[in-house]
Amino acid sequence: MEYMPSLYTAALRMTRNPADAEDLVQETYLKAYRAFNSFTEGTNLKAWLYRILTNTYINAYRAKKRRPEESDIDDLENFYLYRRLGGLEGATAGRSAEDEVLDHFTETEVKEAIEALPEQFRMAVLLGDVEGFSYKEIAEILDVPIGTVMSRLHRGRRALQKRLYEFGRQRGLVSEREGTHG
Amino acid sequence: MDEHCLEAVEVLYHYLDGELTDDRRLLIQRHLDDCPPCFEAYDFEAELRLVVRQKCRDRVPESLMLRVAAALQEGEEHAE
Repeated sequence: MEYMPSLYTAALRMTRNPADAEDLVQETYLKAYRAFNSFTEGTNLKAWLYRILTNTYINAYRAKKRRPEESDIDDLENFYLYRRLGGLEGATAGRSAEDEVLDHFTETEVKEAIEALPEQFRMAVLLGDVEGFSYKEIAEILDVPIGTVMSRLHRGRRALQKRLYEFGRQRGLVSEREGTHG
Repeated sequence: MDEHCLEAVEVLYHYLDGELTDDRRLLIQRHLDDCPPCFEAYDFEAELRLVVRQKCRDRVPESLMLRVAAALQEGEEHAE
């Protein structure tokens, strides 16, 4: 059960509810156990478990809602957060003030920022950034084309940065300025 | 910002994800070596990813581990 911590974390971000996350993880293990003869030895066990987790979530938990969450997000530019912290145009050498802001984000803020993403973007960011799966692995886990993975992952990341920037502003970690100086 | 900077901005995620071809990866690498503002920006993004990964962890409740272990054992007994 070496993958349980990462599966549980993913389940929590997907369901946004500890009781559902526990049920989801248990169900994933039971399904994996029953289907183990369909797992090809030597292939990626972690990705296989994530595929089961994801399918179980989509089929069981999301079905509770009347319709799937198909909301969209604004498409933002790359370096959204860095620009707003004053970087890029006015960069200085060494470990910068921008980097230090990152240390101040709490676990709760990071988790909330991820959970605030619409589902399809949330899944891509979880698989890519939290779990470190490649584009190809994410495509297999979610059963979507690689182009779709890239689009969801890249847009999801920028939206995550926007949310973090908002947290930073609320807490006074960053001042309100546009990254257009210099 | 010259055209190389613009390209670096464009391919940021492909680069950090290790999903560029070797040729393009090398071109970006060279640009980052020569351009401190782009290097700093990339460095920020890499650090942000690390922060997200490290701060998005949860401890598995012991009760869940016990539940799953029990459920799997039960499954094994049924199979016998």
